[in-house]
Amino acid sequence: MSVAAPTKIAPQARVITTKPRVSDQIFRGIVTAFSFSALVILSLIAIFLLSKGYSTLREQGLGFITHFEWVVNVDDAGVESAHFGLQAMLLGTIVISFIALFIAVPLSVLTALFLTFYAPNVIKKILVSVIDLMAAFPSILYGLWGFFVLMPMAEYWAKLLHKWLGWIYIFDVSQPVFTRSPFIAGIVLSVMIIPIITSVSREVFSQTPLDRVQAAYALGATKWGMIRAVVLPFGAGGVVGGSMLGLGRAFGETVAVFSVLNIVFRTNFHILFTQGGNVASMIIQRWGEAGKKEIGALMAAGLVLFILTLAVNFLANAIVTRTVKSGR
Amino acid sequence: MSITTVKPTKPWAATPIDRAITSLSIILGLATSVLVVALTPMKGKLAYFFVFYISWIIIDSLLMYRKIGGKGVRDGLAAKITLFGGILVMMAVTSILWATISRGLKGINTAFLTQTMHSASLFDPIGKGGILHAIVGTLMLIAIAIIISVPMGILTALYLTEIKGKASGLIQFLVQAMSGVPSVVAGLFIYAAIILNTPLRSSAFLGGLALTILMVPTVTRTAQEVLNLVPRDLREAGLAMGATQWKTVALVVVPAARSGLITAVILGVARIAGETAPLLFTVGVFDNYNFNPFKGDQGSIPTVVWRGLLGGTPESIQRAWSAIFVLLTIVLIMFVLARTLGSKAMKK
Repeated sequence: MSVAAPTKIAPQARVITTKPRVSDQIFRGIVTAFSFSALVILSLIAIFLLSKGYSTLREQGLGFITHFEWVVNVDDAGVESAHFGLQAMLLGTIVISFIALFIAVPLSVLTALFLTFYAPNVIKKILVSVIDLMAAFPSILYGLWGFFVLMPMAEYWAKLLHKWLGWIYIFDVSQPVFTRSPFIAGIVLSVMIIPIITSVSREVFSQTPLDRVQAAYALGATKWGMIRAVVLPFGAGGVVGGSMLGLGRAFGETVAVFSVLNIVFRTNFHILFTQGGNVASMIIQRWGEAGKKEIGALMAAGLVLFILTLAVNFLANAIVTRTVKSGR
Repeated sequence: MSITTVKPTKPWAATPIDRAITSLSIILGLATSVLVVALTPMKGKLAYFFVFYISWIIIDSLLMYRKIGGKGVRDGLAAKITLFGGILVMMAVTSILWATISRGLKGINTAFLTQTMHSASLFDPIGKGGILHAIVGTLMLIAIAIIISVPMGILTALYLTEIKGKASGLIQFLVQAMSGVPSVVAGLFIYAAIILNTPLRSSAFLGGLALTILMVPTVTRTAQEVLNLVPRDLREAGLAMGATQWKTVALVVVPAARSGLITAVILGVARIAGETAPLLFTVGVFDNYNFNPFKGDQGSIPTVVWRGLLGGTPESIQRAWSAIFVLLTIVLIMFVLARTLGSKAMKK
């Protein structure tokens, strides 16, 4: 009699994979697909504005950026002839934005320093909320305020500036009309971008390494000495990046600037004079009466504005991210 | 042997001389400001304040120089000047809020909040016609924008925090860039892409699309911050219990961050509630209710303000201020909601 050897049934080895289950694959697929919405939207904006503005860009060539006239003529036969140039508007946008930066950057840095190092806790909490709230104010509110509240005051400041500093080229005016000037638009914009610059600066300042701060105090520095030797060098990049974020916002601001600026297609560097330009506001201003051809030109203007703000924003974010990451 | 108790000294406390110097400098500063305002063409409350603050800083520094020396004076100057920056910013905000409240309240009455402008014009006396249609329109626009942008924003945030795929760096960068898209460009884009290419004409739906472009980045960035605050342990616990990633995210991570995610949505809404420029291209203006979001122009609070401002008569301007008061109230309520929910989320 032979006994059959007991057969060993070895359990099958478990297959270990890193492959996610079907439910996870679906989940990941959907989330990944949606995450590209930013890319899709940005490229769609560029594609559609380019396709509608292409004919204008080809017709006007480089003159679209270097000429300052913007005229549409319809002759007796009903044929439209047009000349579109953005130069005055582009320069106007830059002038206004730099006035805004000139006012907003010092104020924001001072406020950020005050909030981070000087303010008692209660005041700090209130002020931080107020500044965040300021960022959420609708831009048309700034427009209303700028026109009805700020303009009478700012007109008076402009007169003073003209009286005492009129010999400087930019404070000179050809006629004594001081309302709706780039100066006033710049002040309104500066109030609008203060919250952005302040919150970025505050964030960077508050990340100053504590050991360096304490080292400065241990060496006998006063608070201001510590700020100058440690905080400001550390936070400089963040302040520059925050200012550029503010600049990006200032470039694209529309209704607030429209309410307080007299838009004229002529290059003007006399900032107190009632004549200025701004690409975004110009688009709104011309929109109502624009014919087919002009709408194309406005699309092209929108494309220029889009590229400009995108470039400024890219640069600003790169600077801020690098400052915060590298820790110096 | 006698025991002498040392009286605790407070070398940092102000001595009578210090107090005298402080009050002296304030008095001198006030005197200077009165003098300067009287003698020069600078006039007004602001002039008093500026001259007083500057002269007070200078006089105080000069008087304190003997006691605390150059370094101390510079330290004090820095404190005073940063305070000055804070005061100026507060002044601007107060001025805006005060103008809105004092001018806006005058035109608020029951008719303004319960009627439409259907049978009234912007130039009629206050008390005739209201902006209820615009409030309804704005709420409709907000609802459409929420429906489209919340899935987009939160899923993008989930990709950045949960999946962390190869493209996260790029996506992060693009979302930041998108937050800088000017509102006028968003409106132009919808006009160029849809109104010029398809039979669809301006409607609340298109306005909602334009607002979505502006809302998505805000939602994404805030949601990302909130999701990053959810402890890693929770995720690992979920996975260790054998749950799939999908279940972990849906049943653990998102519920843990719920109030923070609501905050993200509210902040996004506060960002777009007052946008005017895109609405001018995509929604148009309308003076009565329009409950069809896909067809026909729609009223909205920002466009009421816009037309009131351009109208130029005292009545239309009064309507603009009152409408902006209503809008600001809505934004404020949302802001406070977001704050309270947000702080609750932080505490957990």
